[in-house]
Amino acid sequence: MTEKTAESSRLKTITLKVNHKEYTVDVEPRMLLSDVLRDELRLTGTHVGCEHGVCGACTIMIDGRPVRSCLVFGVQADQANLVTVEGLESEDGELHPLQKGFWEKHGLQCGFCTPGMLMTACHLLEHNPHPSREEIREAISGNLCRCTGYQGIVDAVEYAAKEMRERAE
Amino acid sequence: MSIGASLKRLEDYNLLTGRGQYVGDLRFPDQCEAVIIRSPHAHAIIRSIDVEEARRLDGVLLILTASDLPGDLRPIPMRLSPDPILEKALQYPLAKDRVRYVGDPVALIVAKNRYMAEDAADFIKIEYDVLPPVTDAVQSLEPGAPLLHPDAGTNEMYLIHGKKGDAAERLKTCEHVLKEELYVQRHSGIPMETRGLLALCDEDERLTVYGAAKVVHFNHQLMARLLNKNIEEIRLIETDCGGGFGPRGEFYPEDYLIPFAAMRLKRPVRWIEDRLEHFKATNHSREQKHQVTVGFDGDGRIYALRDEIFFDQGGYIRTHGTTVPSLTQAMFPGPYDFSDIEIVTHLVLTNKTPVGTYRGPGRFEGTFVRERVIDMVAAHLKLDPTVVRERNYIRPEQMPYSNGLSALGQVIEYDSGNYAETLDYARKFMGWEQFAGKQARAREEGRFIGLGFASFVEKSGFGPWEFAEVEMRPDGRVICKTGLTEVGQGITTTLAQICSDQLGIPYEYVSVVHGDTDLVEKGNGSFATRGAVVGGSAAWHAAGLLKEKLLEVAAGQLAVPVDMLALKHGSVVYAEAEQVAMPLDELLQICSDRGITLCEKYTFHIEHMTYPYGCHAAEVELDPGTGALHILNYYIAYDLGKAINPMLVEGQLIGGMAQGLGGAIYEELKYDEIGQLVSGSFMDYLIPTSMEVPEVRAEILENYPSPLNPLGVKGAGEGGTVAVAPAIANAIVNALQEYAIPITSLPLRPEHIRKALKQMKPRTERRSAGPTG
Repeated sequence: MTEKTAESSRLKTITLKVNHKEYTVDVEPRMLLSDVLRDELRLTGTHVGCEHGVCGACTIMIDGRPVRSCLVFGVQADQANLVTVEGLESEDGELHPLQKGFWEKHGLQCGFCTPGMLMTACHLLEHNPHPSREEIREAISGNLCRCTGYQGIVDAVEYAAKEMRERAE
Repeated sequence: MSIGASLKRLEDYNLLTGRGQYVGDLRFPDQCEAVIIRSPHAHAIIRSIDVEEARRLDGVLLILTASDLPGDLRPIPMRLSPDPILEKALQYPLAKDRVRYVGDPVALIVAKNRYMAEDAADFIKIEYDVLPPVTDAVQSLEPGAPLLHPDAGTNEMYLIHGKKGDAAERLKTCEHVLKEELYVQRHSGIPMETRGLLALCDEDERLTVYGAAKVVHFNHQLMARLLNKNIEEIRLIETDCGGGFGPRGEFYPEDYLIPFAAMRLKRPVRWIEDRLEHFKATNHSREQKHQVTVGFDGDGRIYALRDEIFFDQGGYIRTHGTTVPSLTQAMFPGPYDFSDIEIVTHLVLTNKTPVGTYRGPGRFEGTFVRERVIDMVAAHLKLDPTVVRERNYIRPEQMPYSNGLSALGQVIEYDSGNYAETLDYARKFMGWEQFAGKQARAREEGRFIGLGFASFVEKSGFGPWEFAEVEMRPDGRVICKTGLTEVGQGITTTLAQICSDQLGIPYEYVSVVHGDTDLVEKGNGSFATRGAVVGGSAAWHAAGLLKEKLLEVAAGQLAVPVDMLALKHGSVVYAEAEQVAMPLDELLQICSDRGITLCEKYTFHIEHMTYPYGCHAAEVELDPGTGALHILNYYIAYDLGKAINPMLVEGQLIGGMAQGLGGAIYEELKYDEIGQLVSGSFMDYLIPTSMEVPEVRAEILENYPSPLNPLGVKGAGEGGTVAVAPAIANAIVNALQEYAIPITSLPLRPEHIRKALKQMKPRTERRSAGPTG
């Protein structure tokens, strides 16, 4: 049985492009992507709430799609393009309209689910600039929030959608 | 004026950009990680533990069992409502010879990382002699039930008896008597961030522990006591906290074990609970059975109330002692004036995870039972349930009103309020007067809709005191140190607004420091909705003293009487005309030149709690085929005296409602007959998502400020939660009047409604639905 431990400690080199920056790290094949991001790359904005893919706190973008990073092994993301909450601000430090919206509309309390919510909402607004409240609720329904009762989050996403439309015009 | 304004939170920037620092985000050189091995059995004798093979594994640094802990180690004591009777059932950090619930900590492994520690856990061999478990509080009292703590000699650890008048006698003379049994299921706070700690021990044996929450200063003292260290040798630091709600921040076995391991290893040890572990290890709450009897007249006036409550404590007494059952009992009469009351609460041990508080402890349970009973009385008499409420409310002119019962060492004494007023708001908003017609029309379309109400009284501002220290720096920035803690409720912004109001500076100039035992002199922490009331008042007074000092210096300099001056818009102004008398920076320069320190401390004491209150109303639609429930409309009227920041209050009410909804319909910590927790993941323990939580209209009322504190505030943390279950349950009953379905237990799952509908034949005669006056 000690062999099993030795085997699983075999490392594999992977390359991840996160928020436009390239990282090369050696990881155990069994290491979750969420742990790679948090513990190896020190990008701790991505949170882990359940490790079984239900709460959505660890949601990040992988190649343009929202994915639960606790359900992906780091090695599976080799060569992928990732965006985490740390990559939402523009380079000059301006907050993303969603970040502004969450701030304006009290879309967060403890803030733990917030990064995952932001990434999920980001994907929604990229594909639907005019979401109804019902569509927003449906889009974020895979992300649990224990504090806000979601109403502030829906308000925040509505606010951001409007901002982004005005910006695009 | 900054108080009363819906200002954006100072907390948010870091949390929105991924710069938050939750305990799991911290990293120190040589940091290693702990995993706790927990009992797989609900009740067993530990025969042997063999750790030798695990010890030899790569990366394993330390393994501890109970025999590795100091021989004179005491169990974890009670923080609130301690009582010597309960001491025989306290929990040790590691189980000594017997385990009493699935999840009872048995051993600790520290390895270079969590993956290695979990590997090692598989190599520890523990032999158990399994004992029969007991998983029901009533069965636990039966003769022959397995004894959890043989030294205690009984599973009934405590009996609380509260009495006003003579309910038994009074019941004999009542025109009508109703007897009902009601049940509230086990559920809990389940914050999105699980618990965690990171402990470091330096060369001088000084310990620093990150991840404290809620009651940092209390845990500081307790940790020192249990670890046998001087208090100066330990520093507790609060990190960002991913949700509190009651369970987080109490002193748990891990709060001893992780610092102890760090001291042994002399390197940083981190422990982060995984989700399954959280479900088993962190305080559960709420499970209660009530046997209620009420006596009333034909008008629905209730005279006598008797209740026998069976409170399921789980395997050990944790830090709350008798707090939750005594709060259930003392707050049970709620907003009503009953002349004769007798309540008996049995605090009973079972082989389940121990319980503590969860948002609205005792009130969620009691409010469900009481507000269902009010509707049952109304149904019995074929009266409008809102009218039955009205006929029993304590009237404003009866304030201050004592219900004759006590909790937390004080007699319940409501300070002020008008309970009928919030019901009026709710009836009006929900269109109760017209509802019978609406309901009848819906019924013709084959739709079942119903409207339910639930009144409640909350408590807030638990004393005895809270501390604040406010300092103005030479650059005009203010540091406010508080004994409160931040669990996501926005206390940083709230206190900044209070200081800003007193000192006439923008609230962004105020930095709030909390939860660090090296930086903050003392504190009681954030629980029981006490933050704004007790901590806010302390900050108000400390900032007020600072204001007086500043104005005195300014008055001397300007040679005018001090009462002519005020602080506003970053200047000293002439109070009446608000004309600038002296810029603040000039005054600060003068103070600095004269060596005047601008730092004031205040400890605000409060003898009695204060009591916010309100009314919830739910309009629901039921699918009689599936039992599915759809909330069409939800309304909360809440009078809290004064809102420091209405946006945050609304956030508390709506967020609280979502948690109440979870407890009403979805959430249950369910055990099978051998004591295995069968809802230990988010696949089985259902937290409401954005699809289940409706849009909530929360009306904040400030009609009855508290006379007990300078701000008039009554707190907002729990009122959104406590009345959701009865409002929805009453709405369901109202929707399905023809079926007379017995809604007496939570959660109100679709299958229960479906089953009830199948069993019940529709009544031939349909009762009046709406108001009857």
